[in-house]
Amino acid sequence: MTALSSTSAPQDVSAAAPILSMSGVSKRFPGVRALHNVSLTLRPGEVTALIGENGAGKSTLVKILTGIYQPDEGEILVSGKPFNCAGPRDAWAAGIAAIHQETVMFDELSVAENIFMGHMPLALGGRVDWFKMRARTRHLLKRLGADFDAGALLKNLSVAQKHLVEIARALSHDANIIIMDEPTSALSAREIGDLFLIVEQLKKHNCAILFISHKFDEIFQVADRWTCLRDGEEVGAGAMADVTQPDLVSLMVGRAIGQVYPKRAVKLGPVVLEADDISNATEFDGVSFKLHAGEIIGLYGLVGAGRSEAMQGLFGLSKLTRGSIKIDGKPVEIRSPDDAIRAGLAYLPEDRQTQGAVLPFGIRANLTLASLGAHARHGFVSYAKELATTHRFGARLSIKASNWEQAVGQLSGGNQQKVIIGRWLASNPHVLILDEPTKGIDIGSKAAVHEFMGELASEGLAILLVTSELPEVIGMADTILVMHEGKIVKRFARGEATAEMIVSAAIADANAGASQ
Amino acid sequence: MKSVKFLRNRDSALALIVLGLIIAIGLRAPVFVTPESLVGVLTDTSFLFMLALAQMVVILTRGIDLSVAANLALVGMVCALVSRAHPELPIPAVIALGIALGALLGAVNGALVAYIGIPPIVMTLGTMSIYRGSTFLIAHGAWLTSKDMTPAFLAFPKLSVLGVPVLIVIAVLVSLGFWALLGYTRLGRGLYAVGGNPVAARYCGIELSSQQFFVHTLAGAVSGLCGYLWVSRYGIAYTEIAQGYELTIIAACVIGGVSIAGGVGSVPGALLGALFLGVVVNALPVIDVSPFWQTLISGAVILAAVVINARSEKRGGKLILHKARLLAGGGART
Repeated sequence: MTALSSTSAPQDVSAAAPILSMSGVSKRFPGVRALHNVSLTLRPGEVTALIGENGAGKSTLVKILTGIYQPDEGEILVSGKPFNCAGPRDAWAAGIAAIHQETVMFDELSVAENIFMGHMPLALGGRVDWFKMRARTRHLLKRLGADFDAGALLKNLSVAQKHLVEIARALSHDANIIIMDEPTSALSAREIGDLFLIVEQLKKHNCAILFISHKFDEIFQVADRWTCLRDGEEVGAGAMADVTQPDLVSLMVGRAIGQVYPKRAVKLGPVVLEADDISNATEFDGVSFKLHAGEIIGLYGLVGAGRSEAMQGLFGLSKLTRGSIKIDGKPVEIRSPDDAIRAGLAYLPEDRQTQGAVLPFGIRANLTLASLGAHARHGFVSYAKELATTHRFGARLSIKASNWEQAVGQLSGGNQQKVIIGRWLASNPHVLILDEPTKGIDIGSKAAVHEFMGELASEGLAILLVTSELPEVIGMADTILVMHEGKIVKRFARGEATAEMIVSAAIADANAGASQ
Repeated sequence: MKSVKFLRNRDSALALIVLGLIIAIGLRAPVFVTPESLVGVLTDTSFLFMLALAQMVVILTRGIDLSVAANLALVGMVCALVSRAHPELPIPAVIALGIALGALLGAVNGALVAYIGIPPIVMTLGTMSIYRGSTFLIAHGAWLTSKDMTPAFLAFPKLSVLGVPVLIVIAVLVSLGFWALLGYTRLGRGLYAVGGNPVAARYCGIELSSQQFFVHTLAGAVSGLCGYLWVSRYGIAYTEIAQGYELTIIAACVIGGVSIAGGVGSVPGALLGALFLGVVVNALPVIDVSPFWQTLISGAVILAAVVINARSEKRGGKLILHKARLLAGGGART
């Protein structure tokens, strides 16, 4: 560990001078410190792995390097020159190109057009020089060892082939710094092997690569060096040869779980929800659990582990291919959210803006939207009942507004969140599903949400908490279910697991086998 | 503060514009503002009132129905043919037939949009031609004139209830129905919700597909009702009846502040939009403006209405920030 603890390693001896060096970079958002005093060095012909938990600041760092965000403080040098990046074009000009998790390209256009979009070679009179463009595309594809045609339509390519197109696009800009953000998440094992061959090629061409992945086997296979972020700070850097996987895991999570979470000791009631082997075709498989009144089950996993998807399946938003659900011991058939709400379920979705708030509606209409049945008689909505509900939850959640007809689009993010929480409490649920309830909110509001969650549990509400935050799941949950690639791979009772154990299970390395 | 959507700001502004327009025309041609003339305008516009409301509910769910005018023509033709073949059929039965057939034609749109997932504009573009073509086929291309219709068939739209023409009475009843539906029922709230945010609505158990089926069926039923009324009022049924009228209907909605993006629109707004077009179309001949100017003016007015809407929304945005800053300190007030 001593080799890891020094954050800057000036005595690093390396053959080549750094092509990119970042020092003391900080970035703040209102209420959130996304990056603090981060340093990073990339050298030509080397792959540097950037590791860290969800929310550690990796994405922010990538966005700074690609010109989407500007740092508040710090210095970035590219090839020795200061990098003042006002937008993605400046990043291209500096030779930086990023390959993202989800490829953003033009499905209906050819490979050549995708590669040269925005900088097509022009012939006399400003028309596109198709001949030159195809020739250059063929050259690039040959260099990458690709086996498809420059004229092929992008929509006919596999995900791995699309990655190749992105890499070719980067090379067409003469990029010598390539950022790969979770490039393997959508690839099959064979395609991953192909990608690594390309990475080797790029190294030979003296490109510097920043490789972001959650998968440690890949990192150890492909990377030469590593840098680890935790809560926006750089907590270590070094050569891959000098570290082991457990070292990196403890660096990633190694923080004192010192915050106080107000989960009260609640005497658990009877089982209210029992999911048995619920599965759908592609996203989750064999998910089973029993949820008691007053219990909080935390679902932890990396992004893409299938936690939200399983909850959406439970709520009737996607079709289950297998499995059964019992509410209060009675089997129920949930085919739509309407069935789920009738069965006493409530789902607070992750994205308030797109999945929660109906922006043209006032607070009252938003609050009662999930429980219109209870507010209506013979199909006619009772204004008096709606107003009573609005008063009740407006006061209980202390929603700040000028009046109850105020459009929710005019409210602050925190107040919008309260309206959506109120909506689901107004539906009088027995089971509340909370999907990342504290994502993107400041520490003060977080504490209020945790406090409230504890209060609801002590009133006998059963809660399913999907979260990517380790302290939250450790602090709040009575039972922790860890998911990986659509399956529950580990179950812990409260106090049984350390942060390291949970992360190891979520990464699901070979020796952390499934346990049911 | 009660939340009745009656005459919100934008609606009252439009009401003032319509009033101003009537006064301006009255100054040039006093004959236009006599009670008889104004009742005539309202009677002529009653089709547009009803069809604009029907179109509005479709647009609220982020859809559009281009087949309403063709539906009207087909149903009108069927009513005329059935009445000719069975002159003994009472008029209420003919009206019921019109509504039912119209609803069925609308339900075809609704079913394919909702359950097959065909975009509403494509679906109704197709049925627009199909219904129009069917009108030609069932009549073998013939025109049915008042000679082919029974006196009772022709007399109905000329009736009046306590001195008010029956067309206006029907338009008022339909408007009240839409007002109750949109303002006071669970179903109506759901229509606004799916248009305002379909994903959020889905989480709340409100499915877009059932709403789409409902609105197209409803639009079809209103078109069917108008089909009989149109043919009996003008005493003629032929293939090209109300050709292109779907665009006038959509224009009335847009002028009335119905958002093509869905989720926003009110009954008074749509009615005022229709009234505006009704006044323009009826008044311009009175002050000797050629029909070509009429279409040009309607077009310019639509664009002006859209620009004004866009600008008022922008202004609203600034106001909100100002308000939000004021609110930051204050607590909830009821």
